[in-house]
Amino acid sequence: MLRIIKTRIKQKYRTMSYPDGSPPELPARFAGRPVVNRLNCKKDCDHCIVACPVDAISLSQETGGPVVDTGHCIFCRSCETACPAGAIHFSREYRLASSFRDELFVKAGSSEYPPAKNDLATKIFGRSLKLRQVSAGGCNACEADSNVLGTLAWDMGRFGIQFVASPRHADGLLITGPVTENMRIALEKTYAAVPDPKIVIAVGSCAISGGPFIDHPEQHNGAMNIVPVDLFIPGCPPHPLTILDGLLRFIGRIG
Amino acid sequence: MPSENLLRITNGQAIDHDCLPVIPFEEFSKIIKDSIAAGSRLSALPVWRPDNDGPLRIIAVLSRPSSGDLLLTASNLPDPWPSLTPDCPATHWFEREIAEIWQIRPKDHPWLKPIRFLHSHDTNFHETTTVGITDFFRITGEEAHEVAVGPVHAGVIEPGHFRFLCHGETVYHLEISLGYQHRGIERALNGGPGPRTIHYIETLAGDTTIGHATAYCRAVEALSGMMASPRAEAIRAIAAELERIANHLGDLGALAGDVGFLPTMSYCGRIRGDVLNLTALLCGNRFGRGLIRPSGVTWDLDGEMITKLINGLNAVDKDATGAIELMFDTPSVLARFEGTGIISPETAIEIGLVGVAARACGLDCDVRREFPYGIYRFAQVYPCTWSTGDCFARAYVRWLEIKASLEFIRQQLLELPDGFIAHDITPMKARMLTVSMVEGWRGEICHVAATDDKGHFLFYKVVDPSFHNWFGLALALRNQQISDFPLCNKSFNLSYCGHDL
Repeated sequence: MLRIIKTRIKQKYRTMSYPDGSPPELPARFAGRPVVNRLNCKKDCDHCIVACPVDAISLSQETGGPVVDTGHCIFCRSCETACPAGAIHFSREYRLASSFRDELFVKAGSSEYPPAKNDLATKIFGRSLKLRQVSAGGCNACEADSNVLGTLAWDMGRFGIQFVASPRHADGLLITGPVTENMRIALEKTYAAVPDPKIVIAVGSCAISGGPFIDHPEQHNGAMNIVPVDLFIPGCPPHPLTILDGLLRFIGRIG
Repeated sequence: MPSENLLRITNGQAIDHDCLPVIPFEEFSKIIKDSIAAGSRLSALPVWRPDNDGPLRIIAVLSRPSSGDLLLTASNLPDPWPSLTPDCPATHWFEREIAEIWQIRPKDHPWLKPIRFLHSHDTNFHETTTVGITDFFRITGEEAHEVAVGPVHAGVIEPGHFRFLCHGETVYHLEISLGYQHRGIERALNGGPGPRTIHYIETLAGDTTIGHATAYCRAVEALSGMMASPRAEAIRAIAAELERIANHLGDLGALAGDVGFLPTMSYCGRIRGDVLNLTALLCGNRFGRGLIRPSGVTWDLDGEMITKLINGLNAVDKDATGAIELMFDTPSVLARFEGTGIISPETAIEIGLVGVAARACGLDCDVRREFPYGIYRFAQVYPCTWSTGDCFARAYVRWLEIKASLEFIRQQLLELPDGFIAHDITPMKARMLTVSMVEGWRGEICHVAATDDKGHFLFYKVVDPSFHNWFGLALALRNQQISDFPLCNKSFNLSYCGHDL
């Protein structure tokens, strides 16, 4: 018993002060929200579009420059490396989540980060949000970095957010993976088992759009094609800070 | 066995695939049985169709630890083929995979069921299957009952279906039915490499990004005659050992949680995060995405970063030692770990266990030492085994490996070779074949790749360690209390996505 107490003291208090204090330090090489600087674009250049392995970049009719779909992007930096003019670069902005699919598209002049607040979710789930996680065909990295939020460093329980074992006890689903055909029925049944009113959160490029597996006949190009989605959290996988920030902004706990 | 029936290669050596001896199936099957009886492991059993209308070709990749080489032999696969499983249980999962993909049958296979419930494949079949519905083993009688769980489980974990055949609280047998994570990666790799190939590899099993990416890059390097620099190989190994430490720490924490010992669970969850952050220091991503590429690595290390890494590792060492030794010194934890989920060394050899699960049965198998590759040819990792084959052994081997990896990384950081981290990429040669094995944190990862006339992938076979080990979990559960399943499951902690591909 004494040993347990001694170890407890040595392990110290580790829960981060975020969101009251500053967010935890991100690594120098972290790839966050892309930034497009249209002014640098050369005429008729399509290097970034060609370089993207998952076709997440298209040409904007409006600006004439590239548009990056962060809901599809796997943050591999291929476009950044391919661009001869430095028109696309990945910032260290971790606030990637949005409650609107359209807001995930980044073009020249896009805001620093997209809006995520949902008024109804703020009203109903603002002080208590219980989630049932459904893993549907991804690589287990998004699951791992969602799970991390339960550890004492992040401790999302302090915001009343918690993963629960049964969909009957949940206010919503947190879905990862592109939704394989083999998981479709299980996901539909789990969704049906969550009592109304309910929300759905898609975490990671796979769950938003199919990610690297987009258009494979074995999967469904993301959760949106099976159930309605209320919050999109981009990344491959998203950093835990990106997920927590998305959840907190969604339920109005931070601005 | 006659030597003209076998081809000897080393790990990561490329050969012209016309050199492969193609022998009658009876001899092929005898070679597999004899080699396994003599101590070799069946590392892969890929099948492909060389000509559109021709017969299927099967290759056996037998890894022979006693001499550190790989034996290859090939045959045309008859339909039906006489199953090897009754004499050689290590082939059983492989034969099920072949039957499912190619829609042909092994004769007298005792356990023939789909392993992935494929829905779409480029071959000529579309058998209507419903995932999780198959001819499961049954027991009947008074007080005999079944408990079915999954694919959606209570925790934040991947989907799989488990069926416990029980008598009272005792599990007689566990049926494991997977395939829920099947997203068509192996099919999509054929004809590559394309722009997405490396991303498929990095997401084969997200927690083994470094392991699989290293195996893939070494295969591509072999097929194109490139070589990564010693500096790149050292950085790859540092990343691989960080991956091992992070996952093992997470598992030890989860094992503590499964027996209700919350202090170690809480501490390890946090310390694991610190290790992932060290990987993110290398390349910006906590899982090592974007670090390992054919011909080397994408990010270099500078002096400041080395200091940061060493300080980080020292802190992890100190905190992990406190957290984990506390667990291993607690009698209530040991009472639950010891004697639970035992696999005997004989069974481990018979079913072909690899990695942590095999080392916990006292088998000293480790690709880094048996078939050394990359920087492991010059820097040894000391062996970590335990002999009891129970949950304690699987936990304790993890702790021994964490300590060995910490020491290895610190040594590598101090002796980091000079030189380039990557160079220009040359295309892959035509009609070549290679086998690339690495020791991932779960165990032996084996990639077998061959190129066609144009130097594209003719086939690309991935064998994740979980492929060998899922059946081990089923056997570990026999005669256990059903309530010990979470503990046994976590002590293996196998990959669903790495298996389902």
